[in-house]
Amino acid sequence: MEPVTDYRRRLEEATVRPALGVSRGFWVLVAGLLTVIAWGLYAWTTQLHDGLIVTGMRDRIAWGLYISVFVFFIGISHAGTLISAILRVTKAGWRAPITRIAEFITVVALVCGASMIVVDMGRPDRLANVLIHGRWQSPILWDVLAISTYLTASLVYLYMPMIPDLAFFRDRLAGEVPRWRSRLYRMLALGWRGLPGQRTALLKAIGILMIVIIPVAVSVHTVVSWIFGMTLRVGWNSTIFGLLFVAGAIFSGIATLVIVMAVLRKLYHLEEYITEKHFVNLGYLLAAFTLIMMYINASEYLTTGFKLEEGEEFLFRQLFLGQFAGLYWFYFLGGLAIPGLLILVKRTRTIAGVVTAAVLVDLAMFVERYFIVISAQRVPLMPYVPFEYTPTWVEWSIFGAGLALFVLIIAVFVKVFPIMAVWEIVEEHEGTHAEEQRLASAEDRL
Amino acid sequence: MVPLLLALAAAAIVIGVVVHVGHTLADELRPPRAPNGAGTDGIGAAAERRRFLRLIGISAVGAVPATILPVALRTHGDVAATAEEPARGPGGRVRQWTMIIDLRFCDGCQSQGTPPRCTTACIEGHLAPEPMEWIQVFEQELPGGGTQFIPTPCLQCQNPPCVNVCPVGATFSTPEGVVLIDQERCIGCRICMAACPYDRRFFNWSDPPVPPEALLADYSPDHQVPATRGTVMKCDMCPDLARAGTLPYCIQACPNDAIYYGDLEEDIATNGRSVVAVSKFLTDNQAYQLKEHLGTKPRVYYVAGHGQAVGRDPYTTGRLPTEWPWLRRVEGARVWNR
Repeated sequence: MEPVTDYRRRLEEATVRPALGVSRGFWVLVAGLLTVIAWGLYAWTTQLHDGLIVTGMRDRIAWGLYISVFVFFIGISHAGTLISAILRVTKAGWRAPITRIAEFITVVALVCGASMIVVDMGRPDRLANVLIHGRWQSPILWDVLAISTYLTASLVYLYMPMIPDLAFFRDRLAGEVPRWRSRLYRMLALGWRGLPGQRTALLKAIGILMIVIIPVAVSVHTVVSWIFGMTLRVGWNSTIFGLLFVAGAIFSGIATLVIVMAVLRKLYHLEEYITEKHFVNLGYLLAAFTLIMMYINASEYLTTGFKLEEGEEFLFRQLFLGQFAGLYWFYFLGGLAIPGLLILVKRTRTIAGVVTAAVLVDLAMFVERYFIVISAQRVPLMPYVPFEYTPTWVEWSIFGAGLALFVLIIAVFVKVFPIMAVWEIVEEHEGTHAEEQRLASAEDRL
Repeated sequence: MVPLLLALAAAAIVIGVVVHVGHTLADELRPPRAPNGAGTDGIGAAAERRRFLRLIGISAVGAVPATILPVALRTHGDVAATAEEPARGPGGRVRQWTMIIDLRFCDGCQSQGTPPRCTTACIEGHLAPEPMEWIQVFEQELPGGGTQFIPTPCLQCQNPPCVNVCPVGATFSTPEGVVLIDQERCIGCRICMAACPYDRRFFNWSDPPVPPEALLADYSPDHQVPATRGTVMKCDMCPDLARAGTLPYCIQACPNDAIYYGDLEEDIATNGRSVVAVSKFLTDNQAYQLKEHLGTKPRVYYVAGHGQAVGRDPYTTGRLPTEWPWLRRVEGARVWNR
């Protein structure tokens, strides 16, 4: 039993360490992020003052960067579900050290994504109309329902497995942290003492929620795609859009998880728990999704491109040869082909290789959201000269603030909450340990 | 059924929160339990387990978002409407407004030496902000060279993609078959603009450039004056004028009487000069609708042509650009391009 206890003690220290001290670098980071957010807020006040005229959008491309960023953020929110629910359901033991990070990315990305919608509204002062006059027939209401359900469900799903770790923080950090934090831990730990009854209840609750949350997550990006798929626009009018968006969401979710993991691992020296195995396993998932994305792309573009209905030729020319060609081919080569190769080739199947692939995938998926949103709107609906959309400094600033907000919330979170699921990792470790011992004794007997 | 379930869930949340808070407080106030009380441990554990399960259960119920409750609790649809009673024809049947545009008579006002009169009259009548051309005269190439002019109002679809997607019922179909927008309800999400396959919707990207007198008008979705920032606008087919027995501005202004307005129920339409039976006119002239294959069922019909009936040479292309006549604009208004 000794090695397990040792392991547990070291793990606990590693989890507690980020929550104890706040370094100067951290304050520099927070200050930097706050500056970016303040600048974004300034840009937003400009927009509130003058109206959406300060953006590059006009009647013929009426959705721009904001909606693309919304789709991107909601996409990466799928990190949590995949890792913590799907891998939990399939009993993939290696997932334990990374679940907390994944679940947190989910919640933060949802918050950042949803705020983009408010920024995009012509009348944010009438936001309440969505609740007062909401129509279930509108895809936007489906989004409101799906995203708010997913947000509350992911909050609960982030919180419940954290209860034992919060109790650990409550006991371990008593007296070492300010009073408000002690009080916070005590309140959130719900009187957890690790009693058998509490354990049974918790495992049962997690067991139910991990099943429930999977269809919710799938529904979220499906209905996000239906905002586009429910229109008659060339490029959006597609039955495969739900699948394309869900696959892309999980794809970019894994990539974001890999990046955040790599950063936290480096900063907080979690090398013992977040190992090359985690990166490589997530890398395999990424590689699988590059193939799924290629397949869906082929299905979409071949079935429409073969027939070339009205408007399709225009769309294809601008996408593959015209002004979106650079973006499209970056997405296809840089975001699908190269990351896939980086993971398939044994020499680059390393932490560095997987992180590189993940960065490429995230960039490419952002670009993909952008060209899907913009290029379809550029196809002229009537005999007029196509409109050229370029995001303005206001849009870029608010986008930057959104990213900064994403990083800021995560940075603050790791300082306050346990970033690893200690009890789950220990259980996993004990399980492997016991398994090893069992095998060893079996060998002895032979 | 779904709203009922959600309402029940809402009640559960409220009750759950109250119970939760009560219990948490009770626990805080209770003195700590003796650590080694024989026999109490089993009971304590069981109670602990129950309490914990309850908390978990409450959290799980919390997964049903409270944000959608107001919508869920409503039993019937809530869609904007005009205050006006629909116009009725003989026999008390509600008028079904329709428009027929005879392209054989449209020369894009080349012969007049002015921008298209229909567009100008519409702008002046509705005080429509620049650059909105609610009825816009597009120029399209003909198969054998040359061009035709196509005045394009909102097509008043009977399967309207814009109405179908509106999240707040701000754009709606009237009993007269017209699609209107309530700018006092519109939230400016612009999904209707994404959904319209005819490019017939316009957004107020800032405080709209309109003349000061626009601010004096009584607002109604029937005429959309004054325009307000952050909302969507489009051709409303002038149902208020029709009820008053007058033709829409565009038709009044057309020098070639190319546009007819009428009622499908009474099967009658007029361009202000002559009266036709709609069904016979449509059939005799093989009328068509724009992008019929989309299934949007427009209420606006076209008769093919390129101004030949008024002597236009299809190879003389181009029309004068539309102008917005206001010398003075509302203070602070800004102009944008389409």
